[in-house]
Order: sequence, then structure tokens, then C-alpha cells
Amino acid sequence: MSAWAIRAEGLSHGYAGQLALDGIGFALPAGERCALIGPDGAGKSSLLGLIAGVKKLQRGRLEVLGGPIEQRRHRASLYPRIAFMPQGLGHNLYPELSIAENIQFFASLFGLTRAEREQRMASLLAATDLTAFAARPAGKLSGGMKQKLGLCCALIHEPDLLILDEPTTGVDPLSRRRFWELVEQVRAGRPQLTLLVATAYMEEAEQFERCLMLDRGRLIAAGSTAELAAAGAGGRLEAAFTHFQGGAAQRQAPLLIPPLPAQSAEIAIEARELSLRFGDFTAVDRVSFAIRRGEIFGFLGSNGCGKTTTMKVLTGLLPASAGSAQLLGQPVDAGDLATRKRVGFMSQSFSLYGELSVRQNLELHARLFDLPATEGRARSQALIERFGLAGHSAEPAGALPLGLRQRLSLAVAVIHGPEVLILDEPTSGVDPAARDDFWRLLLELSREQGVTIFLSTHFMNEAERCDRISLMHAGRVLACDTPTVLQQQFASRSLEEAFVRCLEQAQGESAPLPPLGTAVAGTPTTVHRGFSLRRLRALAVRESKELLRDRVRLAFALFGALFMMVIFGYGISLDVEHIAFAALDQDQSPHSRAYLEAFRSSRYFDERTPIGDADELHRRLQRSELKLALEIPPGFGRDLLAGRQPQVAAWLDGGMPFRAETSRNYVEAVHQANLQRLATESSPALAAPAAARLETRFRYNQDVVSVNAIGPGVMALILAFIPAMLTALGVVREKELGSISNFYATPLTRLEFLLGKQLPYLAVSLLNLAMLVALNRLLFGVPFKGSGLTLAFGGLLYVLATTSLGLLISAFTRTQIAAILGAVIITTLPTIQYSGLIVPRSALEGGSALMGHVFPAGHFLDIAVGTFTKALDLRSLWPQCLALAGFFLASTALSLWLLKKQEV
Amino acid sequence: MDKLAHIFRLGLKELTSLRHDSVLLLFLLYAFSVAIYMPATGSVIGVHNASVAFVDEDHSQLSRRLAEAVQPPEFQAPELLPYDQLDAALDGGRFTFVIDVPANFQADLLAGRQPALQVNVDATAMSQAFMGARYLGQIFQRELLDYSGRQTAEQAPVRLSSRALFNPNLQGGWFLALFQIVNHITILAVLLTGTALLREREHGTLDHLLVLPLTALEIMLAKICSNALVVVGCTWLSLELVVKGALGVPLAGSLGFFLAVTALYLFASTALGIFLATLARSIPQFGLLAIPVIIPMLMLSGGSTPLESMPVWLQRLMQFSPSTHYLSLSTSILFRDAGPGVLWPELAALAAIGLVFFGLALRRFRSSLAA
Repeated sequence: MSAWAIRAEGLSHGYAGQLALDGIGFALPAGERCALIGPDGAGKSSLLGLIAGVKKLQRGRLEVLGGPIEQRRHRASLYPRIAFMPQGLGHNLYPELSIAENIQFFASLFGLTRAEREQRMASLLAATDLTAFAARPAGKLSGGMKQKLGLCCALIHEPDLLILDEPTTGVDPLSRRRFWELVEQVRAGRPQLTLLVATAYMEEAEQFERCLMLDRGRLIAAGSTAELAAAGAGGRLEAAFTHFQGGAAQRQAPLLIPPLPAQSAEIAIEARELSLRFGDFTAVDRVSFAIRRGEIFGFLGSNGCGKTTTMKVLTGLLPASAGSAQLLGQPVDAGDLATRKRVGFMSQSFSLYGELSVRQNLELHARLFDLPATEGRARSQALIERFGLAGHSAEPAGALPLGLRQRLSLAVAVIHGPEVLILDEPTSGVDPAARDDFWRLLLELSREQGVTIFLSTHFMNEAERCDRISLMHAGRVLACDTPTVLQQQFASRSLEEAFVRCLEQAQGESAPLPPLGTAVAGTPTTVHRGFSLRRLRALAVRESKELLRDRVRLAFALFGALFMMVIFGYGISLDVEHIAFAALDQDQSPHSRAYLEAFRSSRYFDERTPIGDADELHRRLQRSELKLALEIPPGFGRDLLAGRQPQVAAWLDGGMPFRAETSRNYVEAVHQANLQRLATESSPALAAPAAARLETRFRYNQDVVSVNAIGPGVMALILAFIPAMLTALGVVREKELGSISNFYATPLTRLEFLLGKQLPYLAVSLLNLAMLVALNRLLFGVPFKGSGLTLAFGGLLYVLATTSLGLLISAFTRTQIAAILGAVIITTLPTIQYSGLIVPRSALEGGSALMGHVFPAGHFLDIAVGTFTKALDLRSLWPQCLALAGFFLASTALSLWLLKKQEV
Repeated sequence: MDKLAHIFRLGLKELTSLRHDSVLLLFLLYAFSVAIYMPATGSVIGVHNASVAFVDEDHSQLSRRLAEAVQPPEFQAPELLPYDQLDAALDGGRFTFVIDVPANFQADLLAGRQPALQVNVDATAMSQAFMGARYLGQIFQRELLDYSGRQTAEQAPVRLSSRALFNPNLQGGWFLALFQIVNHITILAVLLTGTALLREREHGTLDHLLVLPLTALEIMLAKICSNALVVVGCTWLSLELVVKGALGVPLAGSLGFFLAVTALYLFASTALGIFLATLARSIPQFGLLAIPVIIPMLMLSGGSTPLESMPVWLQRLMQFSPSTHYLSLSTSILFRDAGPGVLWPELAALAAIGLVFFGLALRRFRSSLAA
């Protein structure tokens, strides 16, 4: 094995012309621990992604574990040796699956046997204290538990290189401590393990032997942590970073907290016994506190402990289940717009409107808060200057580095001069220097303008700056006082220690971590290269579990199909009947009445009130009240007797040509009947029998029951839309929500990924097919004459084709909106117009004919109608089956090509 | 006034985010150009290009004459088929019509023995089967009368002149182009607004809007107005460039009035989209919920299958679908040049449906935010 775990030279990476990494070069010895620090947007995640093989190498050389990462073969051999945990709390976990199921899924991707898996899972769960929660869905875990689960999933296959991207951001201090203890244990059992961690906590970075400092895409320093730290004031890494940033000019006086001016007795925000329950889950549990005007009040706790939920209740976004909340002396009321104008809110997830510029964002909010246009502009300008955004006012907000973006968010939150500011983790992911800057603004607002500030954070040094803080855990406030008092109360040297003690008291003293079983240091697993049925099954099982747990989606898929079958079975009919007609009889003779009588007695026509004059005729046709108007000329009877061949005019509504054409046919048929009658009446002798009889035989559907032909055809329609919609979000949703990274970082191949996603929906679609066939037979009584086996086989090929079309759309699109819209728009035209349901495919021309032949609906329509009504089997339907199989293969091939195993 | 300013500002924001999804724009472009032009030129309503075969057991002058009378564009030139292949040819769907001229047909005819001419129709080829059989009947009747020297149309005691108003040559493409536009408007209106709303919820930006001094009404109206603007714009361009320009369809009615009615329809259908979005908890659920709503709105609006032929309960049900009224209004305005004076009952119905959906959506929207 090479002595170097990672060697990089001249590594550069860019997105759409913007360079995220610029000429990075370093080497990391195997078995060492290395921290990667730098402000958000410095390129940390890009660098880790490249090393993990998740991102495609653009420029430079990168060797990981003894081979070049750009080589596909080497990368394939690396999957089982690298573990990668991407940024974000539990973004790569599956929220619907339980803890055990998540781990099992990862284990089967890496080809562990059942025995190996159970053994390792047991020891990892024990080590992480998660054993008791093994059955709980990942979506319902706290931030700390999610990260521990993420680590379990990453470690299940015993890697040589562990890459963690900000694993402890947003995790409470106790969990954080536990997390690192766990990592150390793993390393103890596996000394060759190399660790590369990006972190926002300098204290954590100081624990590692090596350190890489990244700033604006450049590596500003690399080497042993101790040596690097020595360059900073007081030997601290944080100061060293500022030093290497070359930021002597940026260095500002240390932040001083001016004391809170004379205690105001006025309460700005108050919560009393506030509780909020979602079902059986209590998110906020009897929380009480009172915040005085002008105070900076901090909420400290891990993600998922109820901070955000409490803030949402206070802003009226969520109604409290119990207790009361008051804001500026008024009870919180969602409909109270006047109070909202006195409050500024900065939510965790909201990151402005990225497409709008800095100035536009500010002015938009000024307008939304009803500031007059001139005042809004002036205030925007003032804030741009005060918040140091002058150099960026025309840039789109989305392109700003995170630190600036948070400043802009704060500017937006104070645009209307609010009396109360509620800030949900305003500094999460912002580098230390930018955080200090942000605090200067907060202090100014609080001390000089008397704004009450209520904020949440998980940074201890920020909590220390608050006038008072409340420690929150699992929905409850554990303690609430000034930082100094809290420290004394828990006899601690630092606030962090106080918090840890406080949490330990709340949870009960937990036993020291049990030793990790030797199993963790077992033999390296061998991973099957190329297509693996086991991985395919693992993915299909996971996808099925998610589908089965989302009952509503399953119900929509099944009942939607039934509903459509019923109403289309009754509704689609090509018989044109009850054509509304009226007569303009200008003759009013027995002859004209007799002529019209033939129309009245036909089942195709329904008579309406007679027409008075030509104007009315036109008007009623125009209004679409009539589809046909018959105009009998004056003197019709007289002319008829005189043999002057009077002319009857039939006016048809041409708005819908198909109906007009059919109506015209019927009119002519009735007219012919009239002629026959006239001939018989005038001289029975002349009316000789017809020369020949015309026998028209309607085959396959003798009674000409529309549903016999329509019913089986409608199956083709339904089984195009629902399966395509089921799969259309398969890939794109993972892209949007982040779990796609598991596909990039595991041995899962593209084909396994696609087929695994397809199989569960294939099963649902086949169930749909069976239900539709049953409905046709039982409800509509459509006789089934052909081969059931052929229908089943053809149906299988058809839903294979339509589900693969959905996946193709999913692989092609980037957003869920585009995928949903694309699935419907692409399916509609060829299914409704070109399948042969309404117009036979032989009547199509040009592009339409081509689409009719390529798209699968027409072929299945032939199979369905053929097996139902024509008693056909595979001997005559094999070309259609072949076409369906071809479509499936072609669209899967196209999806494979569009789906990339690495990110850009 | 403030409210209007809010809606205007939020609407502008919606438009900017729409502009950034290039794949979505590609689908929009397809929906309003290719997907209008192709069906309008490529598929013919009524009998067209139908496949015919002749089983000629007579081999007479008359049987050849009958075969020659079957001509394009309604029918393909008939193929000759041996008798024993008649069933197989129909089974395999190779021909929609197979005509059997029995042996001694001509001789029997001349001898006044009334021989039977058999027309076999594949009745599963729905629209073509019935109309085509009638056409063939008329063609053969005429030929036989002519052959046996009986009266022809010129000598009939009454003549019939049938004329189609608003589309004199009954060109199917005219209607199909409009029908496609109506369909795509429906799809976009329901899906675009619904998904956009759920996406804001999944990404958490909805929370931000709700703490601003905005009412649910303003947020909804902003979404409806901006999406309506996009769709009305696309519709106008599509009518001018594709329908009038490329397809050369003469539109009799007022485009301005049509676009105003389109805006009214969008009000109703986008409200429906928002309503559906409030029923779903996630985008995948919404997609599956939207299908059984949208597809019947397209198929049963009266454009593909006549409303009059549906069972009464279904006809009543479809009166609650805004697409039924909109399709009928569209043809009335554009082809029949009808004005508001004539169309007010339909307009009122559309507006009423819109208001009901909007009210429902607003109520659900307010309460669903809490969850």
C-alpha cells in the first residue's frame, strides 16, 4: 500500500465558468487524521466530493488510495474502501426507513452477508446508543442521532478512508462529543483508517494532526495542525486562519458586548406552558420564558430539539396545541397583520430569492411591508451601506458567499424597522470572521435601537454573547439564565461544559461507550463488480418499503386508475346521437311536415323549438344550441308536385368537424329514406326493389357496443399515464433532496439503480392492469375471447415501456416541476391522439404517424383490443410485443446514457 | 392598493424563478408549437386513408368497377385478397374493411336476382368503422344504380344541399389545433401552480412568505396571476404563429375576447391546481392525484367524444369541469365569432366554477399551512 492516502496536484474545479477550486496541491499520509477548514463557499465540499469520487475530476491530478481517481476501474475498486458522509443533517438517509433498515440497505449495497451485517450492525448500534431506537424512522430522529446513524451507514463496510463533510454542524455538544469518541474507537480497531473531515468548529480541527486551510478555492495553508496554529495569536487555529487569509487589514478589534442598559420591565415576547404536538410526537413540551424589550435572548440546542418549532409558534406559523404565546403584548394570531409588521423574521431555510439582486430583494420586501416607494428605496440604500453590501448591490443574491447572504437576510428582516427580531440559526455555516461582523450588527440593533432579538444558535461562543440563554433539549427548556449564572449553576469552566452537564443530568448519566466488537476490524469485504442482483434487490426492496409506507400515494395510484376506467368506460363513445336540430319551415305544407317527420323519428336527432327566421338560425347555431338547422324553402310542396326539384338546405355546425361529418352522414341517410318514401308514394310501380342488397357486417363487436372497443383501449391510456407518473419523480426527487449522493458513492451501477427503481412500480402497474381487466369483464361485461397469457405478456411489456419512459424523463429533468409537467405533456399527445383510441393509426400521416408507431400506447391498444375482441394470440400480436420490448430497451439505454455516475 | 402592489411584486418573483428552469421552458415550447402543429396536420378526423381489401369471386366488369370506385383520400386503393384470407386479414387488423363480391354477382344482378354485396367491417376501429361503412354503402349504392340505369341524384324529387358553417370544408386540423391548445392550457394550469406551491413548501420558503404581512389570498393570487400571464402569453403566441401562421386557420372571432376568456379559465383551473396541492403531502402524491383529474378533463370535455352520448350522470358531472365550458366557449368565439351577448350563460358558469374552486382552495390553503 502506498504511504499516501491522498495526493493532489493542480486540482481545479469549476461550475458554469466560476472556479470553486483553484490549483489545489497536497498529500495526506495514510492512517492520519486531517481537518479541512475554511469559510462556507471556500470549496470544501467540492474538494471532498472529488476525493470521494462523487464529483467528476475536471483538471489536475488526484490519486486516492494508490491510484488515479479518474480511472473508472480504480474508482470501482475504491467504493468499498471509501466511506463518504455528505453535508447536511441526514440528507443521504431515507426518512421513511427505520434506523435498522437504513443500515441494512447500505450493508447490502456493499455485499455484506447477513451474518456479517447483523454482527456489525449490532456493535455499531450499541456503540452509538441507537440500539433502543432501531425501529424508529430516520425522519423522526434528532440531528445528533441522524449524524450517528449516518456514521453507522458509512462505517458498515469498513473503509480505509473516511470522508466526513461537516458531520457535527447543528449537533448538540454532548452528541458531538459522543460522535468523536465513536470515530476514535473505530480508528483504534482499524489503524490504517485515514480520516478527512471538514468542520466549522475550530476546537474540533485542533484535535487532528493535520490541517488544510481553504479560502475562496485556494489552499492557503497545509501541514501539521500544531505548526499552523503557532502562527496565530495565542496559538489558536482560528487566529491562524485569519493570519493565513492575509487578513491583517480585516482584523478588527475583538467584539465587546456593551452591557444591557437599564432593565426595561416591558416584556416583548412571552411564552407560557407552550406545547405543540404532531400526532403522538411532542415537538415543544411546556416551554415558558419571557424576553424583555431590547434583550438579546438565545436559544441553544441541537437541530430537531424544538427551537425552530417554538419560533414558528411565536410567529404564528404554527398554532400551539396548548399554552399561550404573546408578542408585543398581543396574543399571537396568524391573521394579525399589524403585529407582523412590527416583527422581523429570518428563517433557517430561507435564503432569499436567488434570482433577484441584492437591491431588488430589499426593495421587494420594502414594498411587501408597505413602505412608500421613495422611503423603501432610501431605506434599502441605507441598509446596503450600513451592512457593507455596497459593492454587491447589483449581484444576484444566489451568487453571494454565505456570509454576505446572511447579512443580506438580516437586512431584509430589518427593512421595515421592526421592534422584535426572530432569527433562526442566522450564523449557521458562516465563518468566524463573518460571524463577528454579524454580531456587531445585532448589538447595534439591540443596544442603540432597543430592538428585542430572539435567536437560536448551536455555537457556544455566540451563546456567551447573549444576555440570557435557554438550553433546549428534546422539546423542553432545561435551564434558562445568563451565561455566567448557568456556568456557575453547573460548576463548569465553559458554557459548553455546562450544557453537556445539563444534558447528562437530563438524560441520566449514561454508561461509558461499550467497546466496539472485533467484528468491525474483520476481513475487508469483496464487492461484486458489474451487475449484481443483490444490489438490485436491495434497491428495489428499499423503494418498495417507501412506497408501501406512503399509503396515500399507493391509494392514488390504484384508485385513480379504477376511477378513470369507470368514467372513460361510460364516457367515451364515438356514436353521435341526440344531435340537436331545429327546422326553419318556410312552407308549412303537409309535404314539408312529412319531410321533417323523418328527422324527428330518427334516434340520431333531437328536435328543438322551430326556427323563426334566417337570423335566428345563424344565432342559434353560433351559440352552439343547435348542431343542425334544416331550411325548407317557401313553396316546397308546390315545387315538389310540379317536379321542380325544390332544394332543402342543411346547415351544420362545423366547429367540431368530426361531429359535423357524422351528422352530415345521418342527414343524407334520412334524406335518402325520404326519397324512397316519395318514390313509393308517387308511383308504387316505379319503386322497384333495389338491384342488389348491401350487407354490412360489423365484426368483433356485432352489437356495436362502444364499450367493447373502448374499454380495452382505455387500459392503454391509463397504463401510460399512471406508471409514467409513478417513476417520473424517481431520480429527479433524489437529485432535489440529496439522497442521490448514495448512488454516486456506492458500488451501485446505473443499471441496478434504474431497474431497482422500476421494479416496485412495475408491480403496482401490473396490479393496475389486473384490476382494469377485471373491471372490463365484470362491470362493463366486455367479452374476452383471446389469449389471456398474451394479454398478460403484452401488458407486462407495456408497463415496462411506460415505467421506463417515466424514468427517462426523470433522468433528463432537473426539477420535480419539470418532471411532472414533462411526464404529462409527453404522454398526452401520443396516447390520446395517436394510439388509435379515437382515430385509427392507419389514418395518421407524417410526424404523427411516426409518433404513433414509436410510442408504446398504440401497440398495446392493438394487443388489448385484439385479445379481448378478436380472439387473437401471440402468433398475430408478436410484432406489437416486439415494438414494446424495443421501446423499453431503447428508453432504458437512453436513461443509462443520461444518468451519470458522478456529479459535475 | 397595497394588496395589489403585493400581488404584483410577488408575481414578478414567480416569473423570475420560472425563467430559470430551462428544461421546463423546453416543455412549454414543445407544448405550444410542435404538439399543436403535428396533430393538426397529421391526423384527419373522420374517414381518411382507411384500409380496404376486395375479395373478388366474380371477376366481372361490375366487380372491377366497384373496386375502382373506392378511392383516396377517404380510402386507400383497395388490395385484392383471396377468399381464404378474409378472416386472417381482418383479425390481424390489416384492413378495416373487406368487401366480398360473390361469384356470379354481375350476372345475378342483371337477372334481377338481387345478389348480396358483403361489407365486412372491423368494428373495433371505432370512428372509422361506422362512418366508413356508410360511405362505402353510398358509393356502392350509387355505382349499382348507375350500372343498372336507374335514377340518379339529378333526377331526385328533392335535392339536399348540406353546408357546414364556420368551417366549410370540415377541416379537422382547425379544431384539433384549438383542442390541443385547450388541453395544454389545462395541463399547465393545474400542474404548474400545484407543483410550484408544494415545492415552496418542501423547500421551506413558504414559511418566509407567511411571516410577512401578506394574506394567504395575496400569495394565492400572485401565483395564479403570474402563471396565468405565462400561459395566456404562450396561448397568444401559439395562436398567432402556429394556428394562424403555420397552419393558416382563419380565426373568425376576436382574439382579445378569447384571451380574456382564457384568463377566466386559468383562474378556475389554477385554483383547482392549488386545491389539489393542498390535498397532497408531497409532490409525488400530487402528481398521482392530478392524473385522474386532468386526463378526464381533457378526454371528456367534448372534444374527443361528444357530450350528448355520455350517460346523463356523467354529463352532469362534466358540467362541473371548467374545461367543458372553456372548450365550448373557445370554439364559439374563435370559429363561430360569438360574442359575450350570446355566450353569457357559459361565461357565468365558468366564473362560478372558478369562484367555488378558489374559495375551496383558499380555505384549504389557510388550514393546510398549519400542518
